[in-house]
Amino acid sequence: MSMERLILPDIPEYHLLDVYESRGGYQMLRKALGMKPEEVTEEVKKSGLRGRGGACFPTGLKWTFMPKQSDKPKFLCVNGDESEPGTFKDRQIFEFNPHQMIEGILIAAYAMGIATAYLYIRGEYATWIRMVRKAVDDAYAKGYVGRDIMGSGFSTELVIHRGAGAYICGEESSLMNSLEGQRGYPRVKPPFPAQNGVWGCPTTINNVETIANVPVILRLGWEAYSKIGHPRHPGPILVGVSGHVNKPGVFELPTGLLLTEIIGNYAGGVPGNKRIKAVIPGGSSTMILRGDQIAGVTMDADGLKAAGSSVGTAGMIVMDEDTDLIRVITRITAFYHHESCGQCTPCREGTGWMHKILQRFEQGHAAASDIDLLLNVANNIEGNTICALGDAAAWPVQSMIKRFREEFEKRVAPAPAMGPPLAEAVH
Amino acid sequence: MLSEKSLNAIEELKKKYRHPQSVVLPALWMWQEEHGWISEEGMKQVAEVLGIPVHHVFGVVSFYTMFNQKPVGKYKIEVCTNVSCMLKNSDRILKHIEDRLQIKPGETTSEGKFTLVEAECLGSCGTAPMMQIGDRYYEDLDEAKLDRILSSLE
Repeated sequence: MSMERLILPDIPEYHLLDVYESRGGYQMLRKALGMKPEEVTEEVKKSGLRGRGGACFPTGLKWTFMPKQSDKPKFLCVNGDESEPGTFKDRQIFEFNPHQMIEGILIAAYAMGIATAYLYIRGEYATWIRMVRKAVDDAYAKGYVGRDIMGSGFSTELVIHRGAGAYICGEESSLMNSLEGQRGYPRVKPPFPAQNGVWGCPTTINNVETIANVPVILRLGWEAYSKIGHPRHPGPILVGVSGHVNKPGVFELPTGLLLTEIIGNYAGGVPGNKRIKAVIPGGSSTMILRGDQIAGVTMDADGLKAAGSSVGTAGMIVMDEDTDLIRVITRITAFYHHESCGQCTPCREGTGWMHKILQRFEQGHAAASDIDLLLNVANNIEGNTICALGDAAAWPVQSMIKRFREEFEKRVAPAPAMGPPLAEAVH
Repeated sequence: MLSEKSLNAIEELKKKYRHPQSVVLPALWMWQEEHGWISEEGMKQVAEVLGIPVHHVFGVVSFYTMFNQKPVGKYKIEVCTNVSCMLKNSDRILKHIEDRLQIKPGETTSEGKFTLVEAECLGSCGTAPMMQIGDRYYEDLDEAKLDRILSSLE
């Protein structure tokens, strides 16, 4: 059961450069600089590492999309916007292991021939930005970042960019627009970032946790790494557990563990031994599962797909039997309404309509037909927007109706739903 | 006006991006740290320093929720009420602050000391319920802890 922790090692003061160096820190950068860039990419590709930001896209494959020759500079954006409700994992890396992330950024930069890497961190994380800034400054002072790194001839810059409060900027094309100093509107794809990214230049966007895995792959070798956890979605994964559990927190685990084991063994089970009513497995955008549906389901891309949900950011929210799910879905929908950037009509209007209908259920004056009306609005958002926020807003509603329809039915007002009570109307 | 230190920092930052417009968020942060909120004067100066239209700066300010478009209290209290905090009774935290300070979300106390806001997920789900005051996170809150924090600021 116990595995060496690879992303959040249990070593005191590991965030300090000298402690990190004393444990072999930045030696994987040295190793990478002695390899050909394409060999580094190949190593990451063969390791099976998939993005930890929500989409589970194969990281090495993404890197190969970058043009080898380019007359424009190439950029790397590291996504630390971490704003998906239920997600609090990248913050642990910023605080406890920033140098491994920085080393990963530099290895990735070398593999792709990056001129400058931008680390985009959500504005609210001011405290953690200070921590990361200190680590970056220390790495610069030691010559790990900047010109002619370790005498290799390779140079790259690392710039921290602070966001200012917009969930949508975690979407990769929105992040690039935000970095360009614009409103955080997502872009239409194609063109894809590897061809036409920030300032029209080839760009790759990777999540913080994804990047922190890169030095681990070089240290263990792709083969050993690929044997950690689930073979089709290997490696350590930071699972955040919040809500109704005795020991909420972020746990570094191999992929492929049972959700029941994560909740019961790592997160200490549900207070008062109450029954689990529902679980949101990977941040509020992922489809909600019934408590009686999670037996046998594993925390990996295949396992959660088979269960009718997805890994997302592995930010699991556990709800006990007393939870008012109508209140939960109303709050989630309010969030997407607030965070919709407003570009696409289905999302801009639809999220507001869904919120209004849900408030009718919450306040007890919904009509029976409102359930299908709500589903209809959600179905008309899904797939009809520039970015995935539309889907992210639709999926929780669709899955809540599909899996907890009785919760909605219970909250329908006695007929007639509109107008004064029947008795008054008659007299 | 922006301080000399900030103006110098902006010039340094311009070198790190392909276009000076990229410095708009950092420059607005500097203005807000110095003035507490982003006034029209602030937008005009940021536009001028970066050589971009002031309407563009306004578009940016109005898009990002952390930029204060009007003056706020000395302490801006942001209580997370998103799902993970809601499940841990963030409504009680919010209510307690409302009762103690006699303001509703979006309002500022009469002497201008506290502004109360409901916030979206701040990434402290494992230590819910929580709030942010200025740059600082206060986690694992209950009413007694809240009283101690507010007393220390009053």
